Amino acid sequence: MVKRARKDEDKGRPEDIGIITTLSVPTVGSVGKTGSWRVFVPVKDEARCNKCLLCWIYCPEACISKDIEIDLDYCKGCGICAVECPRKAIVMLKEDKSGGGAP
Amino acid sequence: MRLKDFPAEELFLKGSAACAGCPGSMALRVAFKALGRNTLLVVIASCTSVLQSPFPYSALGLPVLNMAFATGGAVGAGVSAAVNYLVKKGELRERPTVLVWAGDGGTYDIGIQALSGAAERGDDFIYVCYNNEAYSNTGTQRSGATPYAAWTSNTISGKKEWRKDVAQIMVAHDLPYVATASLAYPTDFFSKMQKAASIRGTKYIEMLAPCPPGWKFPSDSTVRVSRLAVQTGVWLLYEHENGRTTYTAGTKRIIDGQSEQVPVAEYLKLQGRFRHLFQGEEADGRVAEYQQRIDEVLENLRFASKLRERLMDLEIRR
Amino acid sequence: MSRMVDIANHVAAHAVKLARVGVVSAYPITPQTQVIEEISALIDAGEMDCEYIPVESEHSAMAALIGAAAVGVRSFSATSAHGLAYMHELLHWAAGIRLPMVMVNVNRAMGPGWNIWCDHQDSISQRDTGWIQLYCHSHQEVADTVIQAFRISEDPRVILPVMVNYDAFVLSHSYMQAELPEQEQVDRFLPPFRSAWRLDLDNPLTHGSVIYPNDYEEVRLSMHQAHDNARRVIAEAADEYREITGRYHGALVDLYRMEDAEYALVAMGSLASEARVAVDALREDGLAAGLLRVRSYRPFPREELAEGLGGLRAALIIDRDISFGMEGALFSDCKAALYGRSEALLYNAVTGLGGRDVPYTVMVDELKEIAAGKRREPVSWPTVRLNRHHQDSREGMQRCG
Repeated sequence: MVKRARKDEDKGRPEDIGIITTLSVPTVGSVGKTGSWRVFVPVKDEARCNKCLLCWIYCPEACISKDIEIDLDYCKGCGICAVECPRKAIVMLKEDKSGGGAP
Repeated sequence: MRLKDFPAEELFLKGSAACAGCPGSMALRVAFKALGRNTLLVVIASCTSVLQSPFPYSALGLPVLNMAFATGGAVGAGVSAAVNYLVKKGELRERPTVLVWAGDGGTYDIGIQALSGAAERGDDFIYVCYNNEAYSNTGTQRSGATPYAAWTSNTISGKKEWRKDVAQIMVAHDLPYVATASLAYPTDFFSKMQKAASIRGTKYIEMLAPCPPGWKFPSDSTVRVSRLAVQTGVWLLYEHENGRTTYTAGTKRIIDGQSEQVPVAEYLKLQGRFRHLFQGEEADGRVAEYQQRIDEVLENLRFASKLRERLMDLEIRR
Repeated sequence: MSRMVDIANHVAAHAVKLARVGVVSAYPITPQTQVIEEISALIDAGEMDCEYIPVESEHSAMAALIGAAAVGVRSFSATSAHGLAYMHELLHWAAGIRLPMVMVNVNRAMGPGWNIWCDHQDSISQRDTGWIQLYCHSHQEVADTVIQAFRISEDPRVILPVMVNYDAFVLSHSYMQAELPEQEQVDRFLPPFRSAWRLDLDNPLTHGSVIYPNDYEEVRLSMHQAHDNARRVIAEAADEYREITGRYHGALVDLYRMEDAEYALVAMGSLASEARVAVDALREDGLAAGLLRVRSYRPFPREELAEGLGGLRAALIIDRDISFGMEGALFSDCKAALYGRSEALLYNAVTGLGGRDVPYTVMVDELKEIAAGKRREPVSWPTVRLNRHHQDSREGMQRCG
C-alpha cells in the first residue's frame, strides 16, 4: 500500500530576524570609559608647557587634544606623555580613586 | 613636515580596547592623520583586530574590513581591483587609498605568500606591517620577526635564530616604495605614509612596534624603546624608491656621524624579554655578539655612504 | 540568443561575461583552467570589461573575492577539489560576511592520489560553510545557472555566496551545445549589483571585529534563515529566467516521470542525466520509475524530497561522495527530509567516485533488486571491484616490513 507523505508543521521556528552581521559603528568610548583602567593620572603644569605637540602625537589613545587638553574619561594612564615631554610639564601621580581626580 | 601641520582630526577614536601604551594604536593614529578620510582599511588578524573593540562599536573612524590571518596582500588586491573597476566606471570620483594593516605574524609568517603575490602583481595598496616581533595578540608566541635571544612564550630561554627581514624581501620584489618607520619619529612616518599614498603600485612600510606586555617594559616606555631601537642601529630607518635606498631621520644621523651610535645594551636592558642576556656566565659574550652584528651592518652603511660621497665628489670635479 | 558548441568551462565563462562581472580572482586548477583562460581571452579581446586578478593561490582567490565584494562590485571565482579545500577557512568567511559572490566549482575527486576526474566529495565537504550549492547536469544548465546564481546571491532576502557545481570532464571538458541569452535579456533579468552593506567612505563601518557569545548566535541564525529565504528566491529566479529566455531546469529539484512513479532514483549532477536513461529503461521493463534530480543541495529541498519520495514504495539515492564512517551525504539528507513523514524505503548507492563510469545499467539493476525486495544492505558500493593494480600495489606495500 502506498501512503501519502504527511504534512510538516512549522514547529517553534524563530521569527525571521533579517540580516544581522558583524558590522560595528565608529564610536568614541567603544569599549567604555577607559579612564577607569588607570592607576596613575597625568597632571599638566601649564606654566611649563610650550605646546610642542609631542604629547599630542604620542598619546596612543588620542586623549590629548591639539590644545593639550587631556581627556580623563579615556586616558589609560600609560605615562608616555610624561616620559616624552621635553619640559617635564606632565607628571604621573597615583590617582586617588575615592574622591576622584589627583591628590 | 612639522607636527603642527598634522591634521587635528582623530580618525582613531579614544576609548578603545588597546593596552595602555600600545604602539599599534599610536601608529594607527598617525597613519590615519597622514591618509585622511578617503581611505579604505583592511585589518588582518592581529592585535588591531581586537583593539578596535568588539561588536558593535568600533574605535576606527574609517570603512574597515577585518579579514583572516593569511590574507593581507590578497584582500588588498581584491579591494584595489574593485576600486579600479568603480573608478573606471565613473562610480567613484576620487580614488581612495587602500591601506592593509597587518602584524608581523600576518606578514612574516602566515601572510607572506599573499603579500609576495600581491607585490609581484603590483596590486595598488599600501601595506603597513606593524611589527611587535611576536604574536602579541595571542600571548606573545614567537614569529619569524622575533629577534635573536628574545623571550617569547614558546622560546622560553630565548630565540635561537636571528630574525628574517621582510622589508628587504620587499625590496627584492622591486616595489616602487619600501620604507621602515619608528614611532619615535612621527614626522618621518607621516611623510612616508603620504609619499606611499602618492605612488601607484604596491607600497610596503614596516613600523617597529614595541609592545609593553610582550617585550616586558612599562607602558610609559613605548616611544623611548622605539627611539633607542633606531639610535642603537637595531632598527634602520630607510626608504627604498626607484631602486635606491636612502636612510632617514635617526639612522641617517648615525651613518653620517652626526649622532653617536648608542650601545645596543642600552636598548636590550630596558626589555624584560632580553633579561637573560645579562645573566649568567655568557652574558657579556652574547650582548657582544649582538653588538657585533649591528656594528658590521652600520659599518657597511657608513662605508657605502662615504664611498658614494667620494664618487660624487670626483664626478663634480671632473 | 547565440548558440555555442563548446566545453562547459567556456560556457561558464561566457555566462560570467553576460552577467557583467566586475572582478574575477582565480587560481588555475585542473579541470577548471579553461574557465579562467576563456575569461582572460575575452578580456584581452576587449569583449569583457572586468578586472582580473591572477592570484597566487586559491586561499588568496577567495580573500580577494571577499575584498572586491566588500567594495560593492559583482565578483566571481572558479575552482575545484583541492583548490576549494584550500580556501575552506574563507568559505566560512564569505558566507558569514553577508556579501554576494558566485563561484564555479568543477567537481573533482580529492587526493591522494591525484585524481582529476569527477566526484562530489569536494563540494559536499564544504556543505556546512553556509554557501548555497547548486548542481548542474548539462552545459545548458551551466550557462543558465551561473547567471541565475548572481540573481540569487544578490537578492536582499539572501545575500549569501552561491557555488555552481558541475562535473569534471564529463561536463567541463566535453563539447555540447548551449544557448546563451542575449545581453539585453540578461540585463533585464539581473539588476545592477546590490548588497546589504559595503565599504562606504560616506558611511564608515567596521566589519568583522570581535563578537562575544552574547551576540553571535543571531548572526548565524540570520544566515540559516537566509537559506530558508533562498528556497523561494531560487524558485523565483528560475521562473523569471524561464519567462525571459524560455529555459528552465527546475528550481530546487528537477523531476522526470515522477507523476505516477512508485520508485525513484535520486541523484545530482551528470549522473542524473545517466539516471534519466535508467528511468526510461526501467519503464520499458514495466517498473514505474522516476527521477528526482537534486539541483539545490544547500538549501536542501526538504519539502520537495518529502513530497516527491514520501508516497513511493522505495527510492535509490545515488551519492558520488562518501561521508566516511557514515554513508553517502545526500542519502543522509534525504532520510532526514523524510523523517517522520513517510514509510518509503530508502537505499544508497555510493558510486562514480574519482570519475568511475556509472552506466545506466548499474542503476537499473540496483533499482530492480530493490523493487524485488532482494536488497539487503541499505548502502551499496555497486561499482567497486578490486583488480590487478590494487594487488600489485599492495604486494609492494607489504614488502615494507
